[in-house]
Amino acid sequence: MFRERLIRYLLLLVAFSALGSLALITLFIFKEGLPLIVKVGLWRFIFGSDWSPSRGSFGILSMIIGSLWVTAGALIFGVPLGVAVAIFTAEFAPPALTAAVRPLIQLLAGIPSVIYGFVGLTVLIPRIQRYLGGPGPSALAGAMVLAVMILPTIVSISEDSIRAVPREYRDGALALGATQWQTIWRVVLPAARSGILTSVILGMGRAIGETMAVIMVVGNALAIPFSPLQSVTTLTSNIGLEMAYATGDHRRALFATGVVLFVIIMALSMSASVMSRGSARR
Amino acid sequence: MSAKTSQRVAKTLCWVAGLSTLALLFFLLFYVLWRGLPAVNLRFLLSKPESMGRSGGIFPTIVGTLALTLVAIVIAVPAGVGTAIYLTEYTQESTLTRLIRFGTDSLAGVPSIIFGLFGFVFFVITLKMSWSILAGGLTLAMMILPTVVRTSEEAIRAVPHDLRQASFALGATRWQMVTTVVLPGALPGIVTGIVLGIGRSIGETAAVILTAGSSLGLPTSLLSPVRTMAVHFYILAREGISDQAAWGTGAVLVICVLLINVVINWLIGRMVVRR
Repeated sequence: MFRERLIRYLLLLVAFSALGSLALITLFIFKEGLPLIVKVGLWRFIFGSDWSPSRGSFGILSMIIGSLWVTAGALIFGVPLGVAVAIFTAEFAPPALTAAVRPLIQLLAGIPSVIYGFVGLTVLIPRIQRYLGGPGPSALAGAMVLAVMILPTIVSISEDSIRAVPREYRDGALALGATQWQTIWRVVLPAARSGILTSVILGMGRAIGETMAVIMVVGNALAIPFSPLQSVTTLTSNIGLEMAYATGDHRRALFATGVVLFVIIMALSMSASVMSRGSARR
Repeated sequence: MSAKTSQRVAKTLCWVAGLSTLALLFFLLFYVLWRGLPAVNLRFLLSKPESMGRSGGIFPTIVGTLALTLVAIVIAVPAGVGTAIYLTEYTQESTLTRLIRFGTDSLAGVPSIIFGLFGFVFFVITLKMSWSILAGGLTLAMMILPTVVRTSEEAIRAVPHDLRQASFALGATRWQMVTTVVLPGALPGIVTGIVLGIGRSIGETAAVILTAGSSLGLPTSLLSPVRTMAVHFYILAREGISDQAAWGTGAVLVICVLLINVVINWLIGRMVVRR
């Protein structure tokens, strides 16, 4: 019986590995980043638009705006497409096709982000430059690449929540004479909305946090963008690029950027878990 | 718009969305293979890179990728499966389990660049591992932990309850029941999680470049720095060292991803058949 007790305690200990990892990450990112935020001042760090590490000036406003542009763009392209694909696989496609499509969408999630970045760089950017103008590497390019990268998240979670809507809801609407689409639009989607919203929040988190693909397509210019065709720097791309050589306060400023990113991501994670708990209760 | 027209329009649009997503996927895969496969041959896979990767092969990066992935799996699998066993067999839903689930879910959402920053300051600097297989592997282990926990938990929950009762009735202790009934039954699902984790480790770049470095030499110990295939691809592509070698490496990466997906679907197929 002693052995059983020992195993129970060992498992309990192991069960804390994820939570413990999260705590360690929080601790160390804040420990490295917070002192600089305090030194510069939170307001000046977040709303300062000048980032010149050599002169000791650290303001990340242009990166925050860059991240907002690419993330908003990714959602504008990715959410309608992803939800449409989810409706397609859950409602319209014949079962054999759905069975084939699901693993293929998941395959999309398995492709490394650097591959998305380089394909975007070689295929997308020359076309943006030729047909839409601008330098090519741009917020638009970042948004389009990210839209594809968040598709698997949006499709799989939305599809699950659409499938979870009880059969009787559909039957009721159809019996009242609604078309299949009226049923989907007025009954199924509203019933599945918390799942769909969860998928959007998780997709948003992925888009904000993505680094390598973004570095390769956004151009990384440090200016506040006024058009989607302009080159931008995001919170992540700046960390990814400058960590290669930063030291001292400069490196601490990159960790401070990480703190801001981390806080945004945790806020999104928490709202997603509140959201999905809401749908589970129903 | 009449109800009939809107039905037709919406249905068409959803079909277009579905089919164009598939087209996009096939385009991505074929494009990378088309650009990369001509560069891939046995010599490319088994020889060392020359002049920063401009010519020669990618052998050290294959070794680096395997080494990092192995370390990540060896650490994440016992921790992840153990967590899943604890959550399903040793406790009931409580504040504690909700806290553990919150930790797992949140960890899954943490971006890889944050893992990279953390791994750099914690493993590389504070624990003095320098850029190494160990530091990179430990960082990756944390990254794939949530995947392993979730897939294992799902697989364990799918093991029928009466099998557990039968095992207890035969006088098994809880741990005997877990090792003889639950784990064998959940094995395909657990392996699916492991393979997903391998896939994520192979493709990861941001976290790896900050923790394992980008040295092109062959590693001699767990504390040697390495460059993985994904990092090699990134450096070749971004610094414009060699498009041909970059696409070659990319093609090898994509083939790995395809193989992993075939294995996963085979495993999931087995689970469905058995149920």
